[in-house]
Amino acid sequence: MTPLLQIRNVTKKYGGLTANNDISFDVSENEILSVIGPNGAGKSTLFKMISSFVPTTSGEVLFGGERISNLKPHVVARKGVVRTFQETTIFKSMTVRESVIVAQHLRAKASLGGYFWGSKAAKDDVVSFGKYADELLEFLGMSEISDELASNLPQGNLRALGVAIGLATGPKVLLLDEPFAGMNHDETMRMVELVRSVRDARGVTVLLVEHDMPAVMTISDRIVVLNFGEKIAEGTPSEIQNNEKVIEAYLGSADDEIGM
Amino acid sequence: MKNLTSKQLVGVGLFLFAVFVAVPVLIRITGRWDFYFTLTSVALLAIASAGVWLTFYIGRINIGQGAFALIGAYVSAILVVKGGVSFWISLPAAGLFAALVAILIGLPILRLRGVYFAMITLVLTQVVTLTALALPITNGAKGISSIPLPSGISIFGVPIIPDFAAMENTKLAFYYAACILMILTYAALYRLVNSRLGHLCRSMQQNEELASSIGVNISYIRIVIFAISSFFGGIGGAMFGSIAQSVYPSSFQVADSVNFMLNCFLGGLGYVFGPMLGTLVLYFGWDLLFELGKYQLLVYSLILIAVIRFLPNGLLSLRLGKGGPK
Repeated sequence: MTPLLQIRNVTKKYGGLTANNDISFDVSENEILSVIGPNGAGKSTLFKMISSFVPTTSGEVLFGGERISNLKPHVVARKGVVRTFQETTIFKSMTVRESVIVAQHLRAKASLGGYFWGSKAAKDDVVSFGKYADELLEFLGMSEISDELASNLPQGNLRALGVAIGLATGPKVLLLDEPFAGMNHDETMRMVELVRSVRDARGVTVLLVEHDMPAVMTISDRIVVLNFGEKIAEGTPSEIQNNEKVIEAYLGSADDEIGM
Repeated sequence: MKNLTSKQLVGVGLFLFAVFVAVPVLIRITGRWDFYFTLTSVALLAIASAGVWLTFYIGRINIGQGAFALIGAYVSAILVVKGGVSFWISLPAAGLFAALVAILIGLPILRLRGVYFAMITLVLTQVVTLTALALPITNGAKGISSIPLPSGISIFGVPIIPDFAAMENTKLAFYYAACILMILTYAALYRLVNSRLGHLCRSMQQNEELASSIGVNISYIRIVIFAISSFFGGIGGAMFGSIAQSVYPSSFQVADSVNFMLNCFLGGLGYVFGPMLGTLVLYFGWDLLFELGKYQLLVYSLILIAVIRFLPNGLLSLRLGKGGPK
């Protein structure tokens, strides 16, 4: 069986700086895979290349055997690979429910003209979007805040809102951008549960980029480690924990930070 | 309009009554026939302002609506005078031509944001004015004058629109025509904003990156919206030319483009009917200050600054309940 997502020799150069060098790995269907690495390891750049928010310099990303790198972000989203953002990227003056409804537009059966004139298909869509939004928010445990304005939400809920918006598009792969950043232990554990249930109950494959080591070790089926733009290790959490290169990278980077 | 609440229906009813019955009756009683021209202008400027409001809705400051109004006025005048086409056919043609130009111009410039987009649109009005001066078909600085009044339209002998030239009171006819156009424009705008396209626009206005991550084709929607916006500009301009029976390169200037934008600010960017109210207040406000002579512009500007400072969400944010006569 071909893997769902294939990252093939992806390289990104900004002028003379190589952010990612020749990175390859696969993500299988129904897997939770994390990409980790010290600051500046090139995690974010890789993440943006997979979602086509930035083009690759060379190499490609395949989804179900089809190239999805170097396209427009909305095209990739339409194919079923949807990214989330960190908490500041939200629809500020929409409520939670409105955000989730607008995110479902890819499932619309009626045309934009149909919506303008109020066709039957458009009315059916509006009803089904509302129903699905309620169901999804219930599933994510967000029913109570569904009429809250996004700009009024606390940080932890914002992250969940990001996941809700991403899920509402009906993705096959969800790319999560540092879902645990800035969270305390309890919030992190709740988010870990949420991400797991997204995979288990919705059959969504999850690729996440993260800093928080303990959370990553708990949640991931497999882990890819980057350092200075290169892939230095790949394996299950226990393999990664005992990998010498990884330990060195993390300790080494600590030395760099204090200037030794 | 099945989705309106009863309160909104009453509001719409009152508005229609005021426009089509109360105003003509009042003008007859007071004998202020000049008000027809003023109100007709307000209606037409409100159509163009509706377009500007729509570009605000996708997060772009548009100071170029004068350009599209001028394009519309010229297209209609040329079609009527040189092509012998009925005005009522030239009107949609003017809108469509303006929309086409908007698509061509929008493709490169709609990527720009904030002040950069605003600056380019500001220049646009001047570019169209200069083009009108230079092209042979627009007749240079002399412009196109003595445009015939709109002719009648009848289908199978049934008159749909009467011949304006044969009418005693063309002022009233133009007033009605402009008001009907304005109402159609705002009804369309209201539908658009409350339909899926409107929701997608809102998502783009609030966060373009997030919008594209959920699969919104933002560059496509930007172009569509800019085209619709300019369509309104073209329609407003064409009707204006027909009333004035002439078009000159100076018919719409940079100051007009700025006014279209101010109408939106003044009425309220958060309200579909904001630009309509803004146009009315701005237009009458200017006339009311006429007595001040050379201080007119100074006082006018100070009032505008004060309004924008103290009512950043526009005049409509003052209204007490929701869903009044909008």
